[in-house]
Amino acid sequence: MTAATATGSSTLTQVGLLAGRAVSHVLRQPAQLIFPIAFPLVLLGVNSSGLDAATRLPGFPAGSYLDFALAIPFMQGALFAALNGGQDLARDIQNGFLDRLALTPMSGGALLAGQLGGALFMGIVSAVLYLVVGVLFGVGIASGVAGALVLLLLAIAISFAFACFGTFVALRAGSGEAVQGFFPLFFVLLFLSSAFFPRDLIEHDWFRTVATYNPVSYMVEGIRSLVITGWDGQALAQAFGISAIAIVLFLVLSSRALRTRLLRT
Amino acid sequence: MVEERGIEVAGLVREFKGGIRAVDGIDLQVAAGEIYGFLGPNGAGKSTTVKVLTTLLPPTAGHATVAGFDVSKDGASVRAAIGVALQEVALDPMLTGREHMKLQGGLQGIPRAQRAMRGDELLARVGLSNAADRKSSTYSGGMKRRLDLALALLHGPRILFLDEPTTGLDVQSRTALWEEVERLAREEGTTVFLTTQYLEEADVLADRVGIIDRGRIVAEGTPDALKAGVSKPTVELVPHESEDCGSARTVLAPFGELVPEKRAGSVAVRLNNGGDQLTEIVRALDRAGVAIAHLALHEPTLDDVFLAKTGRSLEGAAEQPTDEAAPPSGNRGAPERVPA
Repeated sequence: MTAATATGSSTLTQVGLLAGRAVSHVLRQPAQLIFPIAFPLVLLGVNSSGLDAATRLPGFPAGSYLDFALAIPFMQGALFAALNGGQDLARDIQNGFLDRLALTPMSGGALLAGQLGGALFMGIVSAVLYLVVGVLFGVGIASGVAGALVLLLLAIAISFAFACFGTFVALRAGSGEAVQGFFPLFFVLLFLSSAFFPRDLIEHDWFRTVATYNPVSYMVEGIRSLVITGWDGQALAQAFGISAIAIVLFLVLSSRALRTRLLRT
Repeated sequence: MVEERGIEVAGLVREFKGGIRAVDGIDLQVAAGEIYGFLGPNGAGKSTTVKVLTTLLPPTAGHATVAGFDVSKDGASVRAAIGVALQEVALDPMLTGREHMKLQGGLQGIPRAQRAMRGDELLARVGLSNAADRKSSTYSGGMKRRLDLALALLHGPRILFLDEPTTGLDVQSRTALWEEVERLAREEGTTVFLTTQYLEEADVLADRVGIIDRGRIVAEGTPDALKAGVSKPTVELVPHESEDCGSARTVLAPFGELVPEKRAGSVAVRLNNGGDQLTEIVRALDRAGVAIAHLALHEPTLDDVFLAKTGRSLEGAAEQPTDEAAPPSGNRGAPERVPA
């Protein structure tokens, strides 16, 4: 029998191995890949056909509802990726795989980074796909090619922020059901934002107020500005700022939850 | 040459919320190269002890070293020295056997060049070469256990913790795992800390056994010494003619203490000098003209030890309501340590 020589793995190696595992999870579960990508696109198709008349309202900011609504799939895709990533992590906790990992020299940071690497992969794949599909169906990116790249960057940042939230819930609750239970709330947040209608055209005061205080509105408006307005520094700063705050906040909370979860000495 | 160190535990306590003491002040020593069986019913504190010794749970009080490293202060060194197969087989259903080995080998820091070879060797050793590229979700319970063991051995640990490794396995898989554990200890000098609720497993495998009940070790020693300490073998015979029972009692009386018969028409005696007297007994019965229909020698079991120490039978003890936080009572005092 060959003797193994364990020399201790670098954090980078650990992150690579765990991220590779997370990505293989996505690739080996077609439901995790196809549904999160297909559902937002189907919904986009339905909405842009049915609600196109809304563009004739005075003050509507876009000439086509497809241009206006292209931001929505990015948000929905981010939610699905976070949901799936969170559920995978919760399953690791429930079936004891996290204990197996905890018994190796793996660092807590590597676990988080690896886990989020899988969500990031999903975020990149779906963001590129939504953009390509949008352009193929005639969406013009007002901010040009550079704007499209910034749009991808923002979409990935938003996806990462949601993934951090999913990771936190999974680590805190330790159950896939809890992760799943949280996500309808986010869909409510999406519907109570400016995702489907511009804020200044929302008739009901309470809805407009909720949408104004809802951070999701600013994420959507950041993406939308690049598509229909061009370069809007304020919208971009707000979208990137809120995403960055969410990333930092949920990374810190996730690290704490991981420390509580991994009691190893 | 570095002296191999085993496991040393003193006054170990692990308390959970609500003051429940799953581990309530245990002391034990396991020598390097020894197979130590930790026997007890469900809920006795076996798995909690393993989690503390493998650094997955910090102790509430007490002191423990594994391979010479303090489990509270030097967790990373402990983890590098040990292999662990926990009670629940923890596998990723999406990964194949080979991918599990690759992931584990990478996280353990085994150089890339050695990783694949070492993984393949271990998969072959546990009989999983043909299933190496199948997802673990398609494995049977026995195959999952074997992969779990291979993963625990991947980095060549000096001490192996196996938490109820054969629970739920069929007889064939159980025997194969016993053989592998035995080989690891005898040929490779691996120290094995094995928890089990199966009497036979502790009896067959362990050099020494610690019997745990409600968080406390109630007896410790070699299986033979423990059994000899609580009881002597009993001979039970059924005479061919029922009217010979009286004669049989007269013949058997000098060999030991007559005990109440377990079934009608039988005679039983607890032997003073062990099973070596069996030939002599048969001759004496023959001389007295007592024809024998059935004769059996009952050796004491570890269950008898558990019964003597706790007043309960090990089999079924877990079904009885237990209060792990309850203070010790009756004969649950200091453990009896029987020298090997």
